[in-house]
This record gives sequence, C-alpha cells and structure tokens, in this order.
Amino acid sequence: MARPQPDRVAEPVQQRVRIRYAKRGRLRFASHRDFQRALERAIRRAGVPIAFSAGFSPHPRISYANAAPTGAASEAEYLEIGLTRPVAMERLRAALDAALPDGMDVLEAVEARTPDLADRLQASVWLLEVFDLPVADVCAAAEALMASPAVEVSRMTKQGLRTFDVRGALARLECGPGADCAILRGVIRHTTPAVRPDDVLQALTVLGLPESPTRFTRLAQGPLADDASDVGDPLAVDRV
Amino acid sequence: MPVASVFPALERLLPKVSKPVQYIGGELNAVVKPWDDVLVRWVLMYPDAYEVGLPNQGVQILYELLNERPDALCERTYAVWPDLERLMREHGVPQFTLDAHRPVGAFDVLGVSFSTELGYTNMLTAIDLAGMPLHAEDRGLEHPLVIAGGHAAFNPEPIARFIDAAIVGDGEEAVLRVTDVIAAWKQAGRPGGRLELLARLAREGGCYVPAFYDVEYLEDGRIRRVVPNRDDVPWRVSKHTLMDLDAWPYPKAPLVPLAETVHERASVEIFRGCTRGCRFCQAGMITRPVRERSLGTIGAMVQQSVAATGFEEVGLLSLSSADHSEIQQIATSLADRYEGENIGLSLPSTRVDAFNIDLANELTRNGRRSGLTFAPEGGSERMRRVINKQVTEDDLVRTVTAAYSAGWRQVKLYFMCGLPTETDEDVLQIARLAQEVIRVGRAVTGSNDIRCTVSIGGFIPKPHTPFQWASQLSPEETDARLAKLRDAIRADKRFARQIGFRYHDGKPGSIEGLLSRGDRRVGEVLERVWRAGARFDGWHEHFSYEAWAEACAGAFAGSPVSLAWFTTRERAQDEVLPWDHIDSGLDKEWLWDDWQAALDEVPTDDCRWTPCPDCGVCDAMGTDIQIGPSGSVFVPLARVPMPSSVGA
Repeated sequence: MARPQPDRVAEPVQQRVRIRYAKRGRLRFASHRDFQRALERAIRRAGVPIAFSAGFSPHPRISYANAAPTGAASEAEYLEIGLTRPVAMERLRAALDAALPDGMDVLEAVEARTPDLADRLQASVWLLEVFDLPVADVCAAAEALMASPAVEVSRMTKQGLRTFDVRGALARLECGPGADCAILRGVIRHTTPAVRPDDVLQALTVLGLPESPTRFTRLAQGPLADDASDVGDPLAVDRV
Repeated sequence: MPVASVFPALERLLPKVSKPVQYIGGELNAVVKPWDDVLVRWVLMYPDAYEVGLPNQGVQILYELLNERPDALCERTYAVWPDLERLMREHGVPQFTLDAHRPVGAFDVLGVSFSTELGYTNMLTAIDLAGMPLHAEDRGLEHPLVIAGGHAAFNPEPIARFIDAAIVGDGEEAVLRVTDVIAAWKQAGRPGGRLELLARLAREGGCYVPAFYDVEYLEDGRIRRVVPNRDDVPWRVSKHTLMDLDAWPYPKAPLVPLAETVHERASVEIFRGCTRGCRFCQAGMITRPVRERSLGTIGAMVQQSVAATGFEEVGLLSLSSADHSEIQQIATSLADRYEGENIGLSLPSTRVDAFNIDLANELTRNGRRSGLTFAPEGGSERMRRVINKQVTEDDLVRTVTAAYSAGWRQVKLYFMCGLPTETDEDVLQIARLAQEVIRVGRAVTGSNDIRCTVSIGGFIPKPHTPFQWASQLSPEETDARLAKLRDAIRADKRFARQIGFRYHDGKPGSIEGLLSRGDRRVGEVLERVWRAGARFDGWHEHFSYEAWAEACAGAFAGSPVSLAWFTTRERAQDEVLPWDHIDSGLDKEWLWDDWQAALDEVPTDDCRWTPCPDCGVCDAMGTDIQIGPSGSVFVPLARVPMPSSVGA
C-alpha cells in the first residue's frame, strides 16, 4: 500500500518579499535558529498570509541568506518570504516589526522583482569594537594584518576544525579610536569557508594582539563596490 | 531603592558560554515591573536549564498571577550551566533573574518549583550564587525566604535544612495567601523578624515550615515521630486544592522564548487530577480529585494562547487528556475552528484506547502528524493488574491496528521496569508485545515500513502512593533485567530492526529513589554531593553515581541507614514515613489496603464512573470531583487567527 498522501494542496505564491532586518543589543545572543522560530511566530501573530509548502509537514515559505553568527549584532540581515496574496510593503514591515521582540527590528520590506538576492550579497561591512586595549596596539595589528600576504586561523565548524586564510577575504580594514574602545571597520568578501569578524580578531591575535572583549556588528551586506571600499544596496534593483 | 541590573557585567561573560540566548530574557509576554512600586517581590525558579524550565506551566501560571497583583512583582530564574557558573564566580556576578536581570538576593521570596527531586542540587547552586547562606537557620532579614513547591514538595524532608517553607499542592491561591502574609508583615515594620514571618506563614499562610517540627529516630534508624516544637502550628500540614478551574484560566499570555525549549507549543490544562488509580503514579494520587475545565473555557484559552503567542501547536494538558468528559467535542470543535490554519493540537498524555485514535485523527486534521505514544507501563497482563493499569493486550492491539490503519507508521510504547513483584518473565513480555505490534502493523498496512519504539524507565516508589512501602529494584538487578529484554528484542530477526529500544541504566533511578523517600538525614548527602560538584543530576552527561554513592557513604557513616536502606528496603505497615505529617488527603489505611490489593492483583476502580473507593481525599479536603458535561458551549469565531493586520 502506498504511503497515504495528505489531501491538502499548497496555495501558490502570489508575491515574494525581501526583508532587511536588524539584530540589536542583547538580541545579538540569539542564534539564527532562534531568529527563525521567532519570525515564524511573529508571522502568525501578525496575520501575514504566508505560503506553505505542500506535504505531511507543511513549512512556511521563508528563505534566509547569510545569517550573522550568534553573538554578533547586525543592521543588515536579509530574508525572503512567499505570500499567498499581495500585501502593502510598509504595512507588512510595521506589522512584522511590531510582532517581533525589541531588538529584532524589521527595517525594510521590498517586493522582489529580480531573481537571486543571494548572488548580490557578495561582501559585508563589519564593525569591531575592541575594548580594554590601547587603540594604537589594535591599529598596529590591523596594519600588520593588511600588510601580510596571508594569515591563517582555525575555527571549529560543523565539518570539524578548519584552518583557513583570513587576509584574502579582507577587501579593506580601517582602524581608529571610539568612545571607549578601538574601532575596526572591515569589508569582508563572502568566501567559503566564510570568514567571520571573530576570525579577523583571531588573525590579529595570531599577529600578537592580546585577546580582549569585542563587540561585532554587521553594518551592511551587498555587492562589492569597484574599489572594494564599500558594499552597495542589494535591494536597489528591486526598487523600481 | 531600585536594584541595579547585573546585565552589563553578565554581557561580558556571554560570548564565552554555550547558548547565551538562554540568559538574555526578553521573552514575548515577559513582565518587568518597577521595583519600588510594589511591596512583595517574588522570584520563581525552575531548577533546571532554561530549555527545560521555561515551558513549565506551574511557574508560568504563578508568574502571571503574582504580576497581576498591584502590590507584587514576580521575575524568573533558572539553573545556569557550569560554564556560566564558573565565570559568574570568577567575576562576582550573582544569580540573576531573566526579566530585569536583578540579583536574586534582593527579592523577598525565592520560590522553587520541583517537578523532580533531581533539581535539588541546582537549587543549592542558585542559593549559593545568590549570596545566601545554604542553611535556612543561618539566613537573616536581608535574605529572601526560600519556599519549595511542586510535586516533590509532598516530601520536602531531604531539603528541609535548605528551605524556609514549603507549599504543598496547587499553588494559585497559596502564593497569593503567602503574598498577603508577607505584605502585612512588611507593612507592620517586620515585627519579630524572620522568625515571626515564618510563624505567620505556618499559622495563616498554609505553609509547612520545617524548622517548627522535630524528628525523633529509633535506634534501628526508623523515625519514631515527627512533632511540632511550637503549639501554634498544626500537627499535619494540608495540601492546597484549587476548586473551579474555570475561574483561574492561567496562563493567559504564555511566555514565548527566543531560545529553543523542550516544548515548542502553548499548553492549555484541560483538567487537573486523575483517579484512574495507577498505583505507581504520584501525580495521580496527590492531585485528586479530578477537576475539569469546561468546554467553553478551554476553547477560549486555546484561542487566547494562539493569539498571544503565535505558537503553531497547542497541547491539551492533563494527566490523561482523553479522559475529559467532553474530549470528543473539544477535539472536533477545535479541529473545525482551526481548519486550514496549520495549527496542530496534541494530547500529550493518552491512554491505550481505540477511541483515542479517532481523537488523534481529529486533532491532526489541521496540523502535522508525528508518532503516537502509549503507555501500557507493564509488559504482562499480570503486571498491569498489580499496578492497576487497566489495559489489556487486546486493547493495545486494537488501538495500534486503528492507528496503523489511519496512516500512522510509528508507535511509541512506554513501560516501567522494577515494579513490585516483577520477574524477568514479566519484563520479557515487553519484547513479545512490541513484536506483536509490528506484526499487526504489517498486516493492516501491507507494508514492512512499520516502526515501534519501546521506551523504558526504572520504577521509583514515591511518597503518597500505594507503592510508598515497596522495595525499589537495585541498579544491578534493573540493568540485568533490561539486558535480558534487549537480547530478547534483538534475538528475533523478523522484527529486531523495526523495534527501537530506549532505556537508561538503573543508577540515576536509585538516587532519585533516595531523594523521593528520604528524610532529613538525606540533607547531609545533598550538601556533600553538591560541594563535590554535583549539578544537573537529571542530565545523563552531568550525573555522577559515584559522587552520590560517596556522599551517602560519608553522610551515613556510623549510622544504621544507607542508600540501600532508603531505596531497596520494603517498609512495614507501622513504620512512620518521613512525609506522614504532610497531608495529601489520602487515607494511609486506604493506601495500605491498595498496596495489599496490588499484591493480590485486585483492581481498584475509578470514582468517576464507579462508586467511591474511599481514598479519603474529598472527605479530608472538603472537595468533590468536578466533571462534565458542563453544558457550556464553544463560542464560534468569525475567523482565526485574529483579523489580519496586513494586506488587503
């Protein structure tokens, strides 16, 4: 006997919406999985007409791109949702934002008019706030990193301990004083394995900088500018 | 004077610990009230990791009730994992609440809810991290009262030296009464200090205060008697019973965590209490009588929970949910209401009964269909007569046949090992039963893709049950019996690969047995094992039997008692049990008669549909069973969820 199939039919997707959201303050300690659950519940509470997949275990149509690591804050996380009927963008943004906890903030909702958002997320701009160290030491290490041909670090990944180069992914790294810390601003290309901001920090310790409490914030993601100094708006082509 | 948040200090530690999200709070529906606006400040603790503690219904109910009072506030704290504990000690960060990250030591009351005795060491960690003396007698006016509650509080003697008081039974009205007493005492300028407050709680607050009772022992180690050392406290402290659950529809706004927890759903308790009379079941004995919520209240609570949380599953909780007198209507009404909404409904505790398959079909109409779980508990018919689990093998076969016919492919069966009078043969019957289930499943579906998982727990005799006198099987015997069962399951190659077998070794059960039926002398064991590093004893990877055995040897040296004395020893009828002065309403003579009936394999029937067997609860507590049909109706809704806030 064949496995019985459910009699449900999935409602087709009528509208795809791309969303930029932020992970701020204490909410930066939420993992990506935590965010996914919170979003699914927020969608339900806000009454968003989300589309579901067919089958025994229907799943909401949500796809995520490049989530920031647990512990890092972000001003530029992206996802795309499929809806069963068209909605007004600003109302959707406001309703989702209201239904998510403070610190998970929906910044933009733009109707998708192009394929492959993920392809346009080529690089990220990261802010590293390094506490308890002299600014000059941090900046000297940053200069040394950019002057090196390669600096290898190791990190435990799902595939086990991996060793990889950090320098090659760094398009740019600037350093300066902050209010109570040293501030690094790095443009990091999205490579495989991904180089994360804590890998950049580890590269600095490889070069002799002592370990120190550091706060990471992703400021932007998008296509890499021609001079590699910045990234562009990945939703620009969807805004007509 | 407001207390400062410890979050800035904690924040620096969080990047170094696993799953930091569990310490940040900020759950949907969490409440933070201004410190100076209230008179009485509670912190409630579930003494396990956040992922286990957060979904706890007891804590969520009391949290909401207390925060509704204008003169009180309530925050929550959970056990921190050893990685954070180490860092907190190193950097001087105290035990904190999740709601406003206030230090636990600044509150008036630390209420700890114990579903299991294995949380005791985690309470000691929290008390210590809060900067409080471990022993109640060393605490002063500046320290919170430590009050224990939950099912384990029906025998609070092993933790007597660490707690100031215990609340036995339903907590809803009890915490409000305690709050009244504390408020009056604070308003009067704290007359008589901590001692007077405890006396008021014992006299007017319905609390058990261990310090007001002395325990005398016989030379052979048994208890001679437990006697009050003041004349203004009762000889026996009665449990609290909440009548009219419809008047207490909590939680109204369940907490929705960011972190992943063990139950990702909203829960609605559809009734409290159970009179099926399973003789091993402490929950069924101490929560009598049965008190149902009406259809209308349940419908409203489900609706409110879904709207307030966005959960996609609602669990209809109770000790045996299919026993609700209106369960068919509840299931049909809810399934109709949520038609097409991708909202799943579940009955987490169900009996083996073909009728329940119709229910399960109804409940999964709109949601996801996972495995079905049944609990025959005993492997042989004889064993099930001993434990009064009135389910026959025919019932089970009929039920799984219906389940497989209806499209389910996976059935889970729960059993116990080490029950009174049990032999190897009784346990080996579990293998035969599992094989029969697979055989039936293959026959009705025509498919070989049929699975059955057998899950086995070691039986632990619990206070206030007919088995409170029974001998617990030693870990060695438990392990040997389970090894034979495993071999029997593996031996028959026709079924072996389709039967999953899950069990734990007998050692943790032995320690749980010690803590369940222990007396005040076990407090010394707890203190020693905690000082030796015991934490999270309910977690296989943290539990160390050797540490507990060593603590027992040290604490009991030179005395007639031992770990075996507390666990494997059968008690006689005339023995004074450590919890005899805690009144669960059950008549001790009735419990003894039911224990004898178990040995004679004689059933005891359910008072909901046969005459009262005189367990004693309703007479002692002035209560009565409350079951339907309630005559209430399910208020139809125009559209669920709430009218959509976006779109056209």
